[in-house]
Amino acid sequence: MLLETHDLHVRFSTQNGALHAVDGVSLGVGRGESVGLVGESGCGKSTLAKAVLRLLPVAAGRVLFDGQDVGTLSARDLQPLRRRMQIVFQDPFGSLNPRHTVESILTAPLVVHGLGDRQERRRRVEEIVGQVGLSSSALSRYPHEFSGGQRQRIGIARALILKPDLVICDEPVSALDLSIQAQILNLLVGMKRALGLSYLFISHDLSVVRFISDRVLVMYLGRIVESAAGDDLWQAPLHPYTRALMQAVPDPARRRQAPALSGDLPSPENVPPGCRFHPRCPLATEICRRQDPAFRELRPQHAVACHHAEA
Amino acid sequence: MASPLLDVRGLSVRFPTGSPVIDFGFHIEQGETVAVVGESGSGKSLTALAIMGLLPRRAAATGTIAFRGVDLLALPEKERRAIRGRQVAMVFQEPMTSLNPVMTVGRQIGEVLRRHEGLSSAAARARAIELLDLVRVADPHLRVDDYPHRLSGGMRQRVVIAIAVACRPSLLVADEPTTALDVTIQAQILDLLDRLRRDLAMALILITHDLGIVGQWADRVVVMYAGRKAEEASPHELLAHPVHPYTRGLLAASPRLSAGANYRQGPLEEIPGTIASAAGEPGCPFVPRCDLVQPSCRVAPPPLVELGGGRLVACPIAAVPEAVHAS
Repeated sequence: MLLETHDLHVRFSTQNGALHAVDGVSLGVGRGESVGLVGESGCGKSTLAKAVLRLLPVAAGRVLFDGQDVGTLSARDLQPLRRRMQIVFQDPFGSLNPRHTVESILTAPLVVHGLGDRQERRRRVEEIVGQVGLSSSALSRYPHEFSGGQRQRIGIARALILKPDLVICDEPVSALDLSIQAQILNLLVGMKRALGLSYLFISHDLSVVRFISDRVLVMYLGRIVESAAGDDLWQAPLHPYTRALMQAVPDPARRRQAPALSGDLPSPENVPPGCRFHPRCPLATEICRRQDPAFRELRPQHAVACHHAEA
Repeated sequence: MASPLLDVRGLSVRFPTGSPVIDFGFHIEQGETVAVVGESGSGKSLTALAIMGLLPRRAAATGTIAFRGVDLLALPEKERRAIRGRQVAMVFQEPMTSLNPVMTVGRQIGEVLRRHEGLSSAAARARAIELLDLVRVADPHLRVDDYPHRLSGGMRQRVVIAIAVACRPSLLVADEPTTALDVTIQAQILDLLDRLRRDLAMALILITHDLGIVGQWADRVVVMYAGRKAEEASPHELLAHPVHPYTRGLLAASPRLSAGANYRQGPLEEIPGTIASAAGEPGCPFVPRCDLVQPSCRVAPPPLVELGGGRLVACPIAAVPEAVHAS
């Protein structure tokens, strides 16, 4: 595995006490693999991404990148690993400095990591700009001069210019219009092939996750509740939450049908006892209220945390 | 046939910098759900604001917006105000920005009733509790005294909807009402809007970018592109047999969950370029992104072609084989 987390916990302190944003997550991303992480707001998916990159402190558990424990490395030893783990954010505008030209935005990572001389950097910048589908005339322009889709191309170029092994994509197409979304998804697929990248692809959009992923993890209130490879998740979901999520996706085949799931998303400040999904679950019984279900493999490469799931 | 509840004809919205809505029209019958679909820059939200009479001052609207036979654009502001919020109401995308953060939800719902129906404070509060119950807020007698920040995004949108339907409008304009919400909450809100449409005999204009929502909830759909109508059809017809090259491109570009597309089977179809690429050109706005372009497309905007069954397409080129097929 290129990336592994073992029983990872991230906590925030709030007025009401500790908020357990990531509550014991173990996952792996293989070399060249694209792993989708899907969940609704507050489930902890973006917090998990930041903890993996050590942009947030980890309360407990371990993050291994290429076998090295990210959490125990000194800042100096972490630096070369950081080059190999990059992130693409949802809002390309918010993540690009408005006062810098595209060239300076793309050169900065090379400078930080001390890569190449001036000429070599310029060559790398021109190369990556072409690869993400922008013309070299973009280099002297500023972020506000670009459309949302083009800005996301710049965000992708910035992440890829360091030739990373792993790219965490945090809702990279959520802010984009449908016709632009397809362009960016195809670009991400093309870059994955060209550079042999691994992706941890975070999204709330099931259709997008299904398209981009080799394997999918479903997250609910800080936990992975289901994980499956390939089409198994979509064809035979085991967790009632996964099924409800799939049924909530608007679909002409369900004309004017009432939603499968009632109730609000619980706050991560107030995680229900037992199975954390039980207050919204149509299958909940006594055991669900009392006992946190174990995460168990019911079918090959298909695991679930539910008392009532059956292979 | 009786005239429709709302009949928009030849609507153009002009700003000093350009015209984001051009010669646009559609109608909606009582109790009907019409979806207006488009991407950012399509003019769908400005159309909604024009219907509400809430366009920014520097914008000029021309054409007619007939509500129960009365042209709203010709009415003085005072008379429009009597209609707005009472007979025609609106729900916006961001519930937090349409609610007042320093006023309890009960007072905000009650305000509409006091203003439009002259209710006393006590009566307005009682009605507010009923309305919270109507939009399925649990414990309405407690929530009525809450401030918006205490509520979840889904609950806030329910409050916004309660305000909108407080005076039992006959037309509700919902502009991307679920875009800011999670998918399980989105399903609940769309279901709520549909119930209210039925129970209050209200027509619903649903503005969205999501073709799945259109297919599940609309009776009719109007596709907008760069300020103009590109296509109009029943959702079933539109999704099964899209005619306009833009609609076809949009459907092909969406990775639909039920279709099970995965990158290993090949790339998604793309619509090249962006919506802005035709700005200022005289012809069809879709020309720079279209694969059917003929010389005539560059001369003037294409007329709407009727394909029968209320189907309209603003593309004579794509409509030709369809028209033959239909006859």
